[in-house]
Amino acid sequence: MSEAPLLEVRDLVKHYRLPRERLFAPVPLVRAVQGMSFSLAAGCSLGVVGESGSGKSTLARLVMALEPPSAGQVRLDGQDLHALAPAALRAAREKLQMVFQDPYGSLDPRRNILQTVSEPLRALHGATPAEQRERAGEALDAVGLRAADLGKYPHEFSGGQRQRIAIARALITRPKLIVADEPVSALDVSVQAQVLNLMQDLQDKFGLALLFISHDLAVVDMVCDEVVVLYQGRIVERGAPETLFQRAAHPYTRALLQAVPRVQPGAARLRRLAAAQPAPAADGAWAAEGCDFAPRCRWAVERCRSHRPLLRPLGAGAHAAACHLAETVAALPGGSD
Amino acid sequence: MPALLEVTDLRVTLHTARGTADALRGVSFAMQRGDTVGLIGESGCGKSITALALMGLLPEGASVAGSIRFDGQELTTLHEDALCRLRGARIGMVFQEPMTALNPLHTIGRQIAEPLRLHKGLDAAAARAEALRLLQRVQLPQAEKRLDAYPHQMSGGQRQRVVIAIALACGPDLLIADEPTTALDVTLQREVLDLIAELVAEDGMGLLLISHDLGVMAETVQRMLVMYGGTVVESGPTAQVFDALAHPYTRGLFAARPRLGLARGTRLATIPGRVPELADLPAGCPFAERCTRVVDDCRRALPAPRAVGPQHHVRCIRPYARGPAVDE
Repeated sequence: MSEAPLLEVRDLVKHYRLPRERLFAPVPLVRAVQGMSFSLAAGCSLGVVGESGSGKSTLARLVMALEPPSAGQVRLDGQDLHALAPAALRAAREKLQMVFQDPYGSLDPRRNILQTVSEPLRALHGATPAEQRERAGEALDAVGLRAADLGKYPHEFSGGQRQRIAIARALITRPKLIVADEPVSALDVSVQAQVLNLMQDLQDKFGLALLFISHDLAVVDMVCDEVVVLYQGRIVERGAPETLFQRAAHPYTRALLQAVPRVQPGAARLRRLAAAQPAPAADGAWAAEGCDFAPRCRWAVERCRSHRPLLRPLGAGAHAAACHLAETVAALPGGSD
Repeated sequence: MPALLEVTDLRVTLHTARGTADALRGVSFAMQRGDTVGLIGESGCGKSITALALMGLLPEGASVAGSIRFDGQELTTLHEDALCRLRGARIGMVFQEPMTALNPLHTIGRQIAEPLRLHKGLDAAAARAEALRLLQRVQLPQAEKRLDAYPHQMSGGQRQRVVIAIALACGPDLLIADEPTTALDVTLQREVLDLIAELVAEDGMGLLLISHDLGVMAETVQRMLVMYGGTVVESGPTAQVFDALAHPYTRGLFAARPRLGLARGTRLATIPGRVPELADLPAGCPFAERCTRVVDDCRRALPAPRAVGPQHHVRCIRPYARGPAVDE
């Protein structure tokens, strides 16, 4: 890549400490993010998919500098966000906005929509009240709400409408990077389509970069230039969506793809995720050495339990997977059906 | 033999701060034991209100007209005490949020045992034994240990299994599942839907599944009702509805769905406008404002259901003929 990426994440690690179970027992750790590296160029979109517990939301909070990492760097425009002084970090935040997952928790119930949506403008730009009102009205209109709703309070809106308000709030400063954590999973199908189209429009119009976290593979496929698949805090596969979804090289990516319900009436339903025994990720013995997915994997061989596979490039392009058997898995028919 | 559930011209009016809202405007359907029926629609279409009306759990001050007959018994006029004996015993319900459907202060075992003790009069030991059997039936790993666990010690998928165990505790004739997998991961969603489908098939109960997800519907139910603006706009066997997509709204929903394999930059076909507010629904077809095929007659009166195939009805005066899913 010739120019420096907008966002660069290097060897990012985040551990959370849990309370000790006994006085002299070692402090149990939740290894939420276990060494992730990727970069995102300006105007591009990177999708992050995985199940709950895969580290998606922790990654979002680390990129937003909402909490410090245990190790590693998050560089935005070349600046390491976690090494900045508070004032410099505050200035850098202008380029970053976030859309949160929970539309109930992310809006202040005591503030009306005008106050909520225009707050980033007030905090970062010192806009006049008239300008705030105008921009907030535009932002609301863009996400499918009425400007007349500006005086209302969050409790007057449905969950879907609240999420649209949260998206309007993120769009209002026209940031360089939006971190969107499951931004459309709470929206109705017809509204979801409008918002996805809108996000693509805004991305094209303002050269917005998007870190798009979702469990919905179809949404990521549509919105993103590149996708990373997370499993238990590690990137297990990376690539352009069409490569990833047609020639998935990691068994976990395949399992995710097979779980998506399809509109194929009459077709016999594929029962049960192949050998998916959800083994909860405790600080177990196997997790220390082998592949994290091995206990759920139907292709697992001895080597998978003893040696952790590293993310390695496959063929041309950016496709990479962390699987000993990646070539075999990628050659299997029917990546996405 | 009467139908297990027969809903005829169900109307619900809610009294809100903004005036009265016609939340349901004449919903009719019937189902037998063993039938799986899906209610699909977006927020505010009346699908959850339908479920609440069936359970007799509508908010205070809601007025109900029409009829809900459950196994021949009229529910709309039934006394609260009698309803309490039905709910949890013959009608089970699985709610959307496994986080809030369980009481955080009671153990799992106690919460599953509660309906058994209330409705079946089991003593504590028998109820506990039955609770264990139910937990095993919903395939919760280490069921024995889990009986004394609290909800916060379990993951979302495990909690939803517990909620299903509670709904099934008394062997209901009808299971109502309101968005049972919306809060879950895709892989868990698949497992929970499979579980519900298996249990329903084993027990031969009726399943009323409420969802906004067309894919979930296609895989889980035999018959589906598409709701919009408080009314059923299209109903029929699932395969036929997907084959015909006769109502412009059904077709719009189908086209708006993000699906795998769409190239980056593809624009989804959207339905213009927004879902109408129940407080100010138009007199005519509720979808008229957003419909590309609208004519003047659409706004005059709510179209009556008309047959477009065997058991396939559409409330539209200009339904699509069978054809490609996206044509405009």
